[in-house]
Amino acid sequence: MSAVGASEGSPLLAVRNLTKLFGSFAACNGIDLDIKSGEIHALLGENGAGKSTLVKMLFGVLAPTSGQILWKGEAVRIASPGAARRIGIGMVFQHFSLFEALTVAENIALSLSPGISLSKVAEEASRLSHLYGLPLDPNAHVADLSVGERQRIEIVRALLQNPELIILDEPTSVLTPQEADRLFETLAKLKSEGRSVLYISHRLEEVQRICDRATVLRHGKVTGACDPRKETPASLARMMVGSDVASVSAAGTNTKGDVLLEARHLTVPSRTPFAVALKNVCLKVRSGEVLAIAGVAGNGQGELFDALSGEYPVVDPTAVSIRGKAAGNLGITARRLMGAGFVPEERHGHAAVTTLPLSDNLVLARSQSDRKTFLAGGLLGIIRQAVVRIASKRISETMDVRKSGENPAAGSLSGGNLQKYIVGRELDRQPAVLIVNQPTWGVDAGAASRIRQALVDLAKSGSAVLVISQDLDEIFEVATEIAVISEGRLSDSYPAHDLTREKIGLLMGGMYGKTEGEVAHAH
Amino acid sequence: MGIVEAILLTVITAATPLVLASIGELVTERSGVLNLGVEGMMVMGAAIAFAATQITGSPYIGILAGIAGGALFSLLFGFLTLTLVANQVATGLALTILGLGISGQIGEPYVGMSGTKLQPIVIPLLSDIPFLGPLLFKQDIIFYVSIALVIGVNWFLFKSRAGLKIRAIGDNHGSAHALGIHVIRTRYLAVMFGGACAGLAGAQLSLVYTPQWVENMSAGRGWIALALVVFASWRPWRVLAGGYLFGAVSISQLHAQAFGIGIPSQFLSALPYIATVVVLILISHNRRMTQINTPACLGKPFVPDR
Repeated sequence: MSAVGASEGSPLLAVRNLTKLFGSFAACNGIDLDIKSGEIHALLGENGAGKSTLVKMLFGVLAPTSGQILWKGEAVRIASPGAARRIGIGMVFQHFSLFEALTVAENIALSLSPGISLSKVAEEASRLSHLYGLPLDPNAHVADLSVGERQRIEIVRALLQNPELIILDEPTSVLTPQEADRLFETLAKLKSEGRSVLYISHRLEEVQRICDRATVLRHGKVTGACDPRKETPASLARMMVGSDVASVSAAGTNTKGDVLLEARHLTVPSRTPFAVALKNVCLKVRSGEVLAIAGVAGNGQGELFDALSGEYPVVDPTAVSIRGKAAGNLGITARRLMGAGFVPEERHGHAAVTTLPLSDNLVLARSQSDRKTFLAGGLLGIIRQAVVRIASKRISETMDVRKSGENPAAGSLSGGNLQKYIVGRELDRQPAVLIVNQPTWGVDAGAASRIRQALVDLAKSGSAVLVISQDLDEIFEVATEIAVISEGRLSDSYPAHDLTREKIGLLMGGMYGKTEGEVAHAH
Repeated sequence: MGIVEAILLTVITAATPLVLASIGELVTERSGVLNLGVEGMMVMGAAIAFAATQITGSPYIGILAGIAGGALFSLLFGFLTLTLVANQVATGLALTILGLGISGQIGEPYVGMSGTKLQPIVIPLLSDIPFLGPLLFKQDIIFYVSIALVIGVNWFLFKSRAGLKIRAIGDNHGSAHALGIHVIRTRYLAVMFGGACAGLAGAQLSLVYTPQWVENMSAGRGWIALALVVFASWRPWRVLAGGYLFGAVSISQLHAQAFGIGIPSQFLSALPYIATVVVLILISHNRRMTQINTPACLGKPFVPDR
């Protein structure tokens, strides 16, 4: 692929006074942005700051309300993603826009101009993927691939268009540290070819490491443009959040309480062809502990959560015990009644019914565990709306949930605020055992720190907390103990202060069998 | 012609409308649209094809009219569910009820009239093959078209770019939209293809199977076609196999009843359904392949955010 010539003078992409209104709400308000040829430009901001809206306008998914986009100094109207690709903009989405039922080559072919045969696409894709160090098997079905591999497809798909600007939306949130390092090498290669990268992230350390310039958004406006290497993480965070982000004070490690949650030789066969089987998982969480389970997405985290929460009970009752009582064969409600609380991974549709108001979502989760409080009329189970609303209000206030109106539909809240609510919904009960899967996935820095502090505080008050997370920053912030899950097996748990990122990275990838990323999936 | 040949000929006649309606619905569903109105579109095709044949005297014009009728009728479904984003299940059911009603009106003047049976097209040389020749190469045009459609749809879905787009839309319409694929437009075309195939299936009923018009003459075949698509895990060859299996068992049970075997007739009548379900479940036991082939967006409405 030929190097892209750097244009002199005018920036590659310039955005002038770009505004997007949804009704009267300005998601982007008078944004200015310059991206030069051959630079890696960071776009920083909390959730809801307008990053995605801005990027969608640049990629032709949304139409701007007013303002200008200049490409190499000329005003352009980007009416569709196709138009964006034609002028030379490629995009790697955060939530991958891949088709699970199709093969890698078919996925790539879909984004190319017509007239190229599938076999040629497969050939070109493997050539590019090797050139940029992104190994891929063109005939594998996407459904069988890891998240890291899926991201490679997205990147190769963008590269096949020979773009001059590549937009990456939160690319490392799903990668191991080693996979992230590989991605950074790929980005460096792209930069050396004169291409530009717009890098969206909330990981300040990464931005400082690889980006040449940064533009910070808050509430739809640009609040700063800087050289991230000349800033400190604290100063960048200030620009993003508008105030200092409270740092989480960790739970004490000296308390050795009773074992409140235990899994003994938990083995679960895979439920669907795409699921991971759990193999002989053993873990113990004591009162006052936060056990964090690290691992790359798709290594059995969801399955472990399902087995521990009782969403899918297991046959052996003693495989899971809560507060010393066997619970393996019990369902989720029975386990809640034993004093456990659960926060599943997906906010929308799993932890909350998006179309229902917050108060109804509260009742749905706790109608059995708080039956006396929330329901009246014995078997009739009439909802005491007034009581529920007060509880809902208490949760919102404790967790600082920002919402429009008193009791809006769950789906109308931003991701971070809904997550605070559903975590708060469990914390409000003061559960003896709390199991949380990906507590701050896709949540902004302010909300994430609030949630992490709440988890730590719960452990300090004597509960056992189990956190499943892919975010190592988060794990080191909250955990007293750390274990790593890989291909359905759980490592021993280690005290958090004995582990380093590198060690965890090795446990994630290489503990059992092949090294992650060394070989493309051999399906 | 031996008795076996005669039975096999009736099997082909019974299976062809099922194969046609199923292959059309398969394309519709692959694009992510669940049209439960197959029965209605089929019976509309039957009435229109019969009426047009009576008026013009040409069954070929009748066939074309049946196809056009089915496609136009499905356009109504498309408009309601794709443009107005009405619920697909409810709209599909309504389409069936409406189709049964309107077709009764259209066919009213023709009740009791004897129709024009579509004549077979004899393919030279091939039709001289013993046994198979008269079965497969002395058939009416609708049979040939049904086989060609299965082959064509299989090629189209899995080898052509347009077919890839249809599968992509059915799998994830949001991503397809983000890639610049016209989701709504493609779905309109897929819905109309389904309607045209159902219309052709109807034309076969009133021009080949029983060349006359009887109210509700589709007699539940549209529903069977719908079930075949699901049990065939959205794969064209399995639709063909399922359609013929169903046809074969329903004809054999008729003969069994005629012979007066000591099995309750109700059980025999249920046999085709049981046999088809069992066999198709057996061939789709590979859950991974079923999961890959099931359109993930089936029945979900699509509204682009703009």
